[in-house]
Amino acid sequence: MRNEMELVMDAISTNEGLARVAVAAFVAPLNPTLEELADVKTAVSEAVTNAIIHGYGNVWGYSKHRNLVPPGAERKEGKVTLRCKLEEGILTVEVLDKGVGIEDISKAMEPLYTSKPELDRSGMGFSFMEAFMDDLQVESKPGEGTRITMKKKLACGPWIGREE
Amino acid sequence: MDDFQVMNHCLMIRLPKEIDHHLAGWLCDEADKYLLYQDVYHVVFDFEDTRFMDSSGIGIIVGRYKKVSGLGGKVYILHADRYIRKLLELSGIGKIVEMVEDKDEK
Repeated sequence: MRNEMELVMDAISTNEGLARVAVAAFVAPLNPTLEELADVKTAVSEAVTNAIIHGYGNVWGYSKHRNLVPPGAERKEGKVTLRCKLEEGILTVEVLDKGVGIEDISKAMEPLYTSKPELDRSGMGFSFMEAFMDDLQVESKPGEGTRITMKKKLACGPWIGREE
Repeated sequence: MDDFQVMNHCLMIRLPKEIDHHLAGWLCDEADKYLLYQDVYHVVFDFEDTRFMDSSGIGIIVGRYKKVSGLGGKVYILHADRYIRKLLELSGIGKIVEMVEDKDEK
């Protein structure tokens, strides 16, 4: 089965949930395991969150009750593009932004490294993407943007339970 | 706010269905208000309702851990399903928090 989709979203935190649900629905016809689905959703969430927080600098989320953007802080405009492709059981996810880009990719990918330590971020974003997908490519140019490409083979037979 | 409760110097936080960056800022701010203004030593994160978490959740837990551990407080994790436990182990914070096991674990 072959299928493709593209979703262009504003770079605001509301759309992290949208991106996850879109990818989950996109792979649903392959009948993935819950484990695979959770892996893909987490990886997509990390990539889209990175684009929003780091690419465009929209660090503020929104609460159930009120807007948490502090007075004076501006919402920065920008789009995050999510592209998904399914081909022969392999899911390819691309997350693109036209934000600030990454100066030092290998440093950004170090576990626990975060460029915004004041924010209660764990620095595990890229580590989770690497752990949950089979392949991860990061291309970035400072000032131009970032492209994350992740691949995962789905529905590769019965899943064997993880040892507890 | 019924998601936050203080009992016996413990701050109990009932986490939402999905934990990501979208809600993380609000959760941290609310939790920190309790840590600052009430008599709280320990923090309990209850994952009963939680079906999704990403690294933002790890950030919330580590951040609160840093705040309470200096005074000898502990962080407890309640009702974490297998997936959430996998995230905690992967990020290495399985070692610094107390995992409370479910009795009726499948």
